[in-house]
Amino acid sequence: MNAPSPAPVVSAETLSLWYGSFRALNGVSFDVTHGEIVSLIGPSGCGKSTLIRCMNRMNDAPTNRIEGKLHVSGYDVQAKGTDVLALRRDVGMVFQRPNPLPLSIRENVLFGVRLHAKHLSKAESEALLQESLEDVGLWDQVKDRLERDAETLSLEARQKLCIARLLPLKPRVLLMDEPCSALDPDGIGAVEELMDRLRGRYTQIIVTHNMQQARRVSDRCMFMLMGELVEMSPTASLFTTPRDERTARYIEGRYG
Amino acid sequence: MSIHRRTRPAASVYAEKAIEVVIHLCGYSAILFIIAIFGFIGREGIGFLSTHIVGMFTQTSWNPTHDPADFGILALLAGTFWCVGLSLLISVPIGLGSAVYLSEFAPERTREILKIVVELLAAIPSVVWGFIGVMIVNPMLQALGAQVGLNGLNGAIVLALMTLPLLVSLGEDALRAVPDSYRQAATAMGATRWEMVWRVLMPAARRGLLVAVLLGVGRAVGETMAVLMATGNSVRIPTSVYDPVRTLTATIAAELGEAVRGGEHYQALFGLGVILFIITFFVNLIAEWTLRGNRST
Ligand SMILES: Nc1ncnc2c1ncn2[C@@H]1O[C@H](COP(=O)(O)OP(=O)(O)OP(=O)(O)O)[C@@H](O)[C@H]1O
Ligand SMILES: [Mg+2]
Repeated sequence: MNAPSPAPVVSAETLSLWYGSFRALNGVSFDVTHGEIVSLIGPSGCGKSTLIRCMNRMNDAPTNRIEGKLHVSGYDVQAKGTDVLALRRDVGMVFQRPNPLPLSIRENVLFGVRLHAKHLSKAESEALLQESLEDVGLWDQVKDRLERDAETLSLEARQKLCIARLLPLKPRVLLMDEPCSALDPDGIGAVEELMDRLRGRYTQIIVTHNMQQARRVSDRCMFMLMGELVEMSPTASLFTTPRDERTARYIEGRYG
Repeated sequence: MSIHRRTRPAASVYAEKAIEVVIHLCGYSAILFIIAIFGFIGREGIGFLSTHIVGMFTQTSWNPTHDPADFGILALLAGTFWCVGLSLLISVPIGLGSAVYLSEFAPERTREILKIVVELLAAIPSVVWGFIGVMIVNPMLQALGAQVGLNGLNGAIVLALMTLPLLVSLGEDALRAVPDSYRQAATAMGATRWEMVWRVLMPAARRGLLVAVLLGVGRAVGETMAVLMATGNSVRIPTSVYDPVRTLTATIAAELGEAVRGGEHYQALFGLGVILFIITFFVNLIAEWTLRGNRST
């Protein structure tokens, strides 16, 4: 059902966003094809979080105004009749601080399917549970304590759980807003490995402040500055031969 | 600092010491008051309880002035728990519903206004609630077919109204204490607001909500004047919501004035006081334990 289509899975056309009168996104256009990992870098406040929050409508405050076109996983994101809940099923989000729900490990993983698939047999849910936890490499660690509170896990395991809970919904896009910034080096390594394992099956868009991380994990990299998308290139070429002067200055460390 | 301190006049040093002592005393006085109150009630009541305890729980009627007197308190206990139980059936859904509305759905301005209204509700004196029971709820229940409008249901409605402010404001606090990251997580997974409230916030805030309910129970068990006026004051084990009842508290309030000081009746009423004290003490203790559990996790 989710066979990758030739059309881009994310496509933005002159997308702009205003918080009140402040313009946080300024005519951003880009495409992402299914299965690739795209990293999003840029100085603090340049609009990285704003951009990825648009993609699953987490920016819906009435004072925010959006112009331009944004299609994600076949949905016209900003259109009036768009089924936001269905969009969010297809487009999962991972946050900066791991935020498992105050439920057991099992219920955390199955939370999404319980919302969207009303009738789920015990066997089906157990299979989804195991598959998702195996995908993120947590199964062996937690299979004997699935009823334990998710908050008893280590920070790294909690972040993996936050990724695992998106998988039973068979999403097409995973949005990750600085998913490693609360983790120690071991945790960062483990989560990067996980991203790599999920490459191809899911489209991953990763905001990061860590340029080394962007180089390690992403196929393509976007550089943003003051609400504008300055450049989007294959990661290797963005870091070695940036097309834009501003990108060059940023990766040399001349902005904050 | 230390140099300055040594050169201060002795008077000011003593004054500071004195203030410190007074503050300590204030802190300990709460414990002192509890002990003193229990001592006072207990001195009159415990002797009675120790000789009559079996009769209190086996006799069915409360006739303290008859000869021989009956001190069965089952009907009074039933009256108390009947009213409190019925009141919870009304106040818990409404109170927690309002708490959810205030914390999750109400626009900021509405929320502020409603919170003020709720606080005003909490400031209404008990006797005024009693009036409302007699003047408003009473005819309404009669119109609905009750033979006597002053009855257990009337008392329960009045108690529910009285405990609502506590439930709403403590319930709202409990919900607002739930971190926003949970709301974001649930929303981003495609939960509607209701699903978020029901599946995430309620479980996350369950201890706080339980504490709110328990403190409401404690308040309702101890409430006197309003139930005295609204329940119809008839000692019996209720079988219908329209039966008039009498609570422990109403019994003490109604009879203490006519009981001969130091007599058996008088001591029996203090015995009731001890029982009441024990009930509310345990309700509050459970609330406190629940709260502790909350902190440790
Ligand atoms: N809800 C909001 N209301 C008003 N302004 C906002 C809001 N959210 C973000 N902004 C502003 O929009 C700009 C972009 O914010 P955004 O969070 O997207 O930046 P970012 O690139 O993610 O930064 P960081 O790297 O610090 O996370 C910032 O100047 C920020 O102050
Ligand atoms: Mg950000």
